[in-house]
Amino acid sequence: MKLHTISINNLKRRKAKMAFLTIGLMVGIATIVTLVTLTGSMSSDIERKMDEFGANILITPQSNGLSMNYGGISLGGVTFDQREILEEDLAKIKTIKNSKNISAIAPKVLGGIKVGSHDVLLVGVNFDSELKMKQWWQIFGDAPKGDSEVLLGSDASKVLNAGPGDSIKIKEETFKVAGVLDQTGSQDDALVFASLPKAQKLLGKEGKITLAEVAALCSGCPIGDMVTQIAEKIPDAKVSAIQQVVEGRLKALDQFKRFSYAMSGVVIFIGSLIVFVTMMGSVNERTTEIGVFRAIGFRKSHIMRIILLEAALVSLLAGFMGYAAGMGGAKLALPFMAESKNAQLVWDSAVAFGSIGLALTLGLLASLYPALHASKMDPTEALRAL
Amino acid sequence: MALIQINNVKKSYTSGDDVVEALRGVDITIEAGEFITIMGQSGSGKSTLLSVLGGMNHPTTGEVEMAGVKLYQLPGEKLADFRAQNLGFVFQSFHLIPYLTAAENVMLPLAIVKMSTAAKKSAARRALERVGLGAKLDRLPNQLSGGEQERVAIARAIVNNPHILLADEPTGNLDSKTSEEVMALFRELNEAGQTVVMVTHNPENGSYSDRTINLKDGMVVMTNA
Repeated sequence: MKLHTISINNLKRRKAKMAFLTIGLMVGIATIVTLVTLTGSMSSDIERKMDEFGANILITPQSNGLSMNYGGISLGGVTFDQREILEEDLAKIKTIKNSKNISAIAPKVLGGIKVGSHDVLLVGVNFDSELKMKQWWQIFGDAPKGDSEVLLGSDASKVLNAGPGDSIKIKEETFKVAGVLDQTGSQDDALVFASLPKAQKLLGKEGKITLAEVAALCSGCPIGDMVTQIAEKIPDAKVSAIQQVVEGRLKALDQFKRFSYAMSGVVIFIGSLIVFVTMMGSVNERTTEIGVFRAIGFRKSHIMRIILLEAALVSLLAGFMGYAAGMGGAKLALPFMAESKNAQLVWDSAVAFGSIGLALTLGLLASLYPALHASKMDPTEALRAL
Repeated sequence: MALIQINNVKKSYTSGDDVVEALRGVDITIEAGEFITIMGQSGSGKSTLLSVLGGMNHPTTGEVEMAGVKLYQLPGEKLADFRAQNLGFVFQSFHLIPYLTAAENVMLPLAIVKMSTAAKKSAARRALERVGLGAKLDRLPNQLSGGEQERVAIARAIVNNPHILLADEPTGNLDSKTSEEVMALFRELNEAGQTVVMVTHNPENGSYSDRTINLKDGMVVMTNA
C-alpha cells in the first residue's frame, strides 16, 4: 500500500468521469497533432513538388544589355558584349558545396530558324531533365526519342500545320513530330523542341548553351547560397533565383500554420478548462475522503501527490491516445488538404514526444489548483462528523 | 504524568453575526490505559472536544498536552505527523474508502510510513484478525455489513499501534446487538492496554468505560468513575 495505490484505485472506481476527462484531453491533443502533422506534411509535399518540377535557379549568359520589355510586350533590346555559356561549364555546378541539393539541371539552346515559310524559335533541350522539371506538360502523342524527333508547342503546331506522326523539314533535314504540347499559356506554346545536340548543330552553336534551369531541393536548402556558389564556378554566367512561385506557396502555407497555431491555442485552453473543472469536481466529491486522509496523519504534500498522480496518469493516457488519434486524423485529412494525391504523412518523433509532454504539462498545471485546494482542506470541516 | 492533559480549553466559532462558544474552559486529565466516554446532548461540545483532542481543531485558548507534547505548539505539518504516529480515529460513519479493500483501508495509515509492503500487509492482517475479520481481507466496504465496516474502521485505527484511540459515536449507525459487540471489542482493546476516548450519546456505552465525562453547554458538568 503506497500513495499511488490510492490514485490508481480511485481512477479505476471513477471510470466514467476519468474516461470523460481522458477523452476531453485526448480530443484536444489529437486536434493539435492533426494540425501540426498536416502543416508539416503539406510543407513537405509542397517542397517535394518544388523539388520535382520547380526550376528555382536560372543561369543565363552575362551581358551588358538593356531589356526593352514592358507589360509582357517585347520591343527587342540592346545587347552587346554577349557571352556564351559552354556546355562543359555546367559540369562545374555539380562541384558546388550544396551540390547534393541539386535535383536536376536542364540546359537549353535557343535560336530562330525557318521551318517552311515560317520563322520559329527552336529550343534544344535534354528531354529527360526537361520532362522531369515540367511535369505539368501534357503531350498529345509521345515524348521525342532520339535526335530525329521533335516536340511542338500548341501554337507552333497550328502555325506549322503539323500534328503527332507528321514530318517537318528544318534546314533540309526531316524530323518526325513525336508529340504536341497541350496549351500551357506560357512561351512553350510557340516553341519547337528538339534534342540539345541536334539543335546546337542546326543553330551552329555546338558545345554552347543559351541558358540552364536548375531545380534545387528546397527542404532547408539555402537557394541564395547556392546562387552565389554557382556564380563563383561560372563567372561568365548570370545566376539568379526564381523566388516568386516558392514564396507564393510558402505564404499560403504560412497562413495555414498561423491558423493552426491559433486553433491549437484555443484547444489547449478548452482542454485545460476540462481538466480543471473535472479535477475540481472530483476533489469536491472526495471531501470526506480527503478529511479522513488528513485526520489519520497525511501531510498536505501527500494529498497533492495523490491528486497530481491521478492527473498525470490520465494525462499520459490522453497524450498517447491523442497522438494516435491525431495521426489517424491527419492521415485521413491529408489527401483532401494536400496539393498532390500522393502526399506523404510526416512521422515526427518530436510531435510524438511533444504531444505526450504537452498532455502531461497541461494535466498537471490544470490540476495544480484543485490539488492545492484539496491539501488545504480542514480535516474537521471535511469530515463534518467530528 | 497523565497521558492527556487538557487545560482551560475554550473554542468559539462565528456563525454569521453570532459567536458560538462550543467549549467554555474545559479541564480534563486522562491517564494511560483509561477507557473514557464523553457524553452530552447534541450541541454540548463533545464532538468539538474530540476534534481538539485529536489535533485537528485549534482551540481558541488553552492547551492540550499529549504524551508530553503540547499539540498546538507543533509547527506546520508536525501536527499531521503526530496524528499519524500517536492517534487512531474511528468515525461515526466509518468513513471507509469505498474503492479500497478491507486490507487496503486498514493499511491506509501505513501508506505514508517507510515500511516494506509485506510488513504493511502483515500488520493489516493482524489488525483485521484482532477485530475478527481475518477472513474478509479482500472485501470492498460495500460487501461488508455495518458491523463489519465498523470493525474495519477500528482495525484501521489500531494498525499503527497508537497511544490513544479516539472514537466518535462508533455505534451511532449500528443496531443494538452489533453495538454491544463493537463496545465489547473496544473494551477488549482497552484491557489489552489501549487508551480509548469515545464520544457517545448512548448511556449504555458508558458501562463499558472506566470513566464518563459529561458535558453541558461546553463545560464539564460531571465526571463519573
